[in-house]
Amino acid sequence: MRPSTLTVYRWELRKLVSQKRTYLGLGLAVILPLIFVLVQNLHQHEGHRNENIFASHITESGLATPVLMLLFMAAFMLPLIASLVAGDIVAAEDSNGTLKTILTRSVDRGQVFAAKALAAMTYGAIAVFSSAAVASIAGVASWGFHTVVTFSGSVVPAPEGLLLVFAANACYLIPLLTVVAIGVLLSTATRNSAASVVGTVGLVILLYIVAQIPGIEGLKPYLLTEQFQAWQGLLRTPTDWTPIWHSAWVCALYAVPSLFAAYLVFLRRDVAGG
Amino acid sequence: MADAPPVKARGLVKRYKEVLAVDHIDLNVNVGDVYGFLGPNGAGKTTTLRMALGLIVPTEGTVELFGRDPLRVGARALEGVAGFVEAPRFYPYLSARKNLELLAALDGNGAKKHIDEVLQIVELTPRAGHRVGGFSHGMRQRLGIAAALLRRPRLLMLDEPATGLDPAGMRDMRALIRRLADEGITVLLSSHQLPEVQELCDRVAIVDSGRVVYEGALADLRRQGGAGYRLRTTDDARALELMRTQTGIEHAANGEHGLIFQAEERDMGALSLALAQAGIGILALTPELATLEDLFFRLTET
Repeated sequence: MRPSTLTVYRWELRKLVSQKRTYLGLGLAVILPLIFVLVQNLHQHEGHRNENIFASHITESGLATPVLMLLFMAAFMLPLIASLVAGDIVAAEDSNGTLKTILTRSVDRGQVFAAKALAAMTYGAIAVFSSAAVASIAGVASWGFHTVVTFSGSVVPAPEGLLLVFAANACYLIPLLTVVAIGVLLSTATRNSAASVVGTVGLVILLYIVAQIPGIEGLKPYLLTEQFQAWQGLLRTPTDWTPIWHSAWVCALYAVPSLFAAYLVFLRRDVAGG
Repeated sequence: MADAPPVKARGLVKRYKEVLAVDHIDLNVNVGDVYGFLGPNGAGKTTTLRMALGLIVPTEGTVELFGRDPLRVGARALEGVAGFVEAPRFYPYLSARKNLELLAALDGNGAKKHIDEVLQIVELTPRAGHRVGGFSHGMRQRLGIAAALLRRPRLLMLDEPATGLDPAGMRDMRALIRRLADEGITVLLSSHQLPEVQELCDRVAIVDSGRVVYEGALADLRRQGGAGYRLRTTDDARALELMRTQTGIEHAANGEHGLIFQAEERDMGALSLALAQAGIGILALTPELATLEDLFFRLTET
């Protein structure tokens, strides 16, 4: 019996688990919340009165911490972490020559591509939820599991707040997985890990710059970087689904062609390295 | 499909912009062959093997493995086929066993249960738990063979398997290939090491600048190179004069250890009689086939 794509995917994950560099990004994702909580504790902070509502309530509920961390990390840090693996996942195998090793077994190229794309997405998701989990645990340990105030100012009970925190992180995955899709495309097309990682991060920076150009305000809602904050709709009362749905279809416009192009390149590429 | 040859390539062409790496190559590897694919570096051997394994797309032409085209049927074309092109590559951060487990998982068909056996065949059992990153070149080559054997191949495609090995490693690698061939595995051996091919192969294709300049039995090639003889007599000088007048005797000359010349077997009787009638005694007459090296350079150096 020939192997399933799930088998290939499992081995892609095992390869990621076995590589030291995998832990570089994950380490960043979990250390930053810990540093944040530590610094807040050392300064005996009583709240950032002039900043957003979560910053001003930081010491009142531990659940404000994961929201603040997502606000802080969504724009650049998490896309950077996700692109570390997405940009590397095909290119590294190409330059190491192991791509030819796996492509001369009993799995089709499409299966290998799907497994690699899924593994890169899984890594991105694990980074996001690890960061959220560590921020929640550290926040709750420092400031307790109390009611939390939404962006609209309404108060929600702690269990519901926790649910909202993780739902918000799940919403954030939409643009983050789009970054992964772009990373996988660059990884497949350039065959160069460094170029793919830098290219993916560079694109994010470029879109931030484009957003600052005067006179193109109409374009702004369709920039990928604008979707990084769409999850905030979940933390309003009532829930504002509009930015989330908008984010979903805008991200699809970036992600689907990227993945499809990467798939076609992967299917037809000459594996001449190694 | 059952009777299809292990490798059949027709009009294979690979062009990289202005560079013609492979120029209309035809190959026919039959069941049971130990087939040498010979050529100088850059002749197009590896590119041809990559096309055969579906790793690169031919610009023109087709290649079929047991009647299946990798470009059309994908991984199914590689059923019963294993091997490596250039140096075998593995994940350096995984152990030899983990690498084989990964590849067995990608092979399916219960390949995992053969891991211990193939490690034993290539004598890597004691190092199975060690990371491949710390392996020597020779150990990686052997692990490459182990990885290929996991697939229980009927066709083994090996690209320069002895390159970079020390003399003992080369000897062991040849012995292993010979043993596998004796077990009935068809072997396609790409190499530029002529003694290796001469020792192992029964049929060869010689490529030069992307083109096949000879394909067929090694013995035929050597016969085509001309049957040569070496002769020692009681009077070489007179014998040489006589041979130059003898029909069917060609290229007679003084050699390092006697006279050398080329002739068909049927003309040898007349020569020995003529020498005897002239009172010249034959001390030694030995046939000398052209070496593969002679023929290789004759075909690839213009």
